[in-house]
Amino acid sequence: MFIDPHAHMVSRTTDDYEAMAAAGIVALVEPAFWVGQPRTFVGTYVDYLSSLVGWERFRAGQFGIRHYCTIGLNSKEANNEALAEGVMEWLPRFAMKEGVVAIGEIGYDEQTPLEDKYFRAQLTLAKELELPVMVHTPHRDKKRGTSRSMDVCEEMGLDPSWVVIDHNNEETVRETLDRGYWAGFSIYPSTKMGNARMVELLKQYGGDRIIVDSACDWGISDCLGVPKTAQLALESGISESVVRRVTYENALTVYGKSGQMQASDWLDPDPIDQRTLFEGNSILRGGRDPLVETAPTRRRDNLLIE
Amino acid sequence: MPVTSLELLREWVYRQTPDHAEWLDAQYARLSESANECDLHLFLGLAPRRLGKQDLALSPADLALANRAYPGWNPSGWSLDGAARIAALLTFRGPRPFPDTFQDLVRTADARELITLYRGLALYSQAESLTFEVGEGLRSNMRAVFESIVHRNPYPRDHFDEHRWNHIVLKALFIGSRLGPIVGLDQRANAELARILLDYAQERWAAGRQVSPELWRCIGPFAESVSAYEALQRALAGTSDERGAATLALTASDTPSARTLLLTTPDTTALVAEGRINWDNLTLQEAA
Repeated sequence: MFIDPHAHMVSRTTDDYEAMAAAGIVALVEPAFWVGQPRTFVGTYVDYLSSLVGWERFRAGQFGIRHYCTIGLNSKEANNEALAEGVMEWLPRFAMKEGVVAIGEIGYDEQTPLEDKYFRAQLTLAKELELPVMVHTPHRDKKRGTSRSMDVCEEMGLDPSWVVIDHNNEETVRETLDRGYWAGFSIYPSTKMGNARMVELLKQYGGDRIIVDSACDWGISDCLGVPKTAQLALESGISESVVRRVTYENALTVYGKSGQMQASDWLDPDPIDQRTLFEGNSILRGGRDPLVETAPTRRRDNLLIE
Repeated sequence: MPVTSLELLREWVYRQTPDHAEWLDAQYARLSESANECDLHLFLGLAPRRLGKQDLALSPADLALANRAYPGWNPSGWSLDGAARIAALLTFRGPRPFPDTFQDLVRTADARELITLYRGLALYSQAESLTFEVGEGLRSNMRAVFESIVHRNPYPRDHFDEHRWNHIVLKALFIGSRLGPIVGLDQRANAELARILLDYAQERWAAGRQVSPELWRCIGPFAESVSAYEALQRALAGTSDERGAATLALTASDTPSARTLLLTTPDTTALVAEGRINWDNLTLQEAA
């Protein structure tokens, strides 16, 4: 069983959902993010947030995957002040919806004053609502941007054990862990972290407070980043308990602090009206073993469309 | 004895979760006086967190009271937090007309919340003014959202015009949903719907697909006017559920042609006459 605690499913296809379910992913967290095209109306942003708590959750449920999300104003769009002000007014309402496990992904992109302003405002909101935080660390000037993100979290009075610093690499992980934060790693080809490198990091750092995710989105990325990393790690001699922590338990522990995510959601779904929003996962009870080979090959091999 | 739907909902919620009575009292008191929509948002957010999401526990007597409070209202399958949320909507006195508030709630609802909001439709004040939001819910691809409007909910029966009524029956068939739980299914049957459904059945058959036997229920009373006998004859030759359904439809039609067709299936016709086959049991269930 795996959790992918960072997956932008609005940008992915049903083939991906099928492959993820077949590979043993039982739950995922979809952070609110920049969808590639800037939103220029508050309303389009609001509808996007609605889709995270509504339609996308339903879509995931059809494949037997429990869908959670984080709500936030991302760093890129924080630079559009009129939009940002409008979105900030709506955030508290969305943050109270079911299945919202954190405020995120928030933080810095270019590290502008506006990004800083809305990062801080959202950290305050997370504190008020007692929600964890998912921090996006910048691609450029990464090391300083990551340190600064943690400085600001502390300035705003957040408890590091409630904050995931995501998109770490070899250069940032030591400080992130030493300061008491959760360290997220996005297994994302070319730009972020490769899974062979990830295995080396697991050898060095073990499984405490480390979280593996795919961050799959509209770019060339792999929705099987978590199970593939688990498989590679096991083949490389990393212990099962470490693999389990970084691909399942740690994410559940930190995002579970929201009170909105628990293992019984997928292991023992309530016999309630939610039953209609979740199809159940037949491979669920079967396995912990990564099953990336069993991902369907429908697109290539199935000629008949019925 | 409680009589209004609001009184019933509150009674059921308090009965099932007595530990929260004080909190609920304070919340409902605030909602009934305050003009602040934030209070309503807060309550809707907190209800599942505080009360839990278990099924609302209802006895047959409760369901009978529900039906008396609002004919056709069937809250079986509701959740505890859902009942508390709808009670809050019925209690709330806000600054804007209710339809404006409702539109805003639907716009930002999460998947489960949306189902709850729609389940209460028939009970809201100015229910007739919620047409636009109801239309949005019907267009939803989330089957459970669609069903929250059309199943065990008297709202469509009471507020839909014929076009929209016919559309929901057809959509229910399209998405593989049951027709039986639609309140007023027989009452609102009409010749136009029978014609649409007959076309639909023939289209399905042409594509080599099955049709739901429930469809014949809406065609039966109009079998003559829409010339459905040939299709019904085909259904009689189908699965046992189809045979049961076609027999029920022909019995309801009760025309000379229908009676002639029924002569070809005397056993099933007898079971229909005895009430042992009906729309909830299309095939005779042998006792174990």
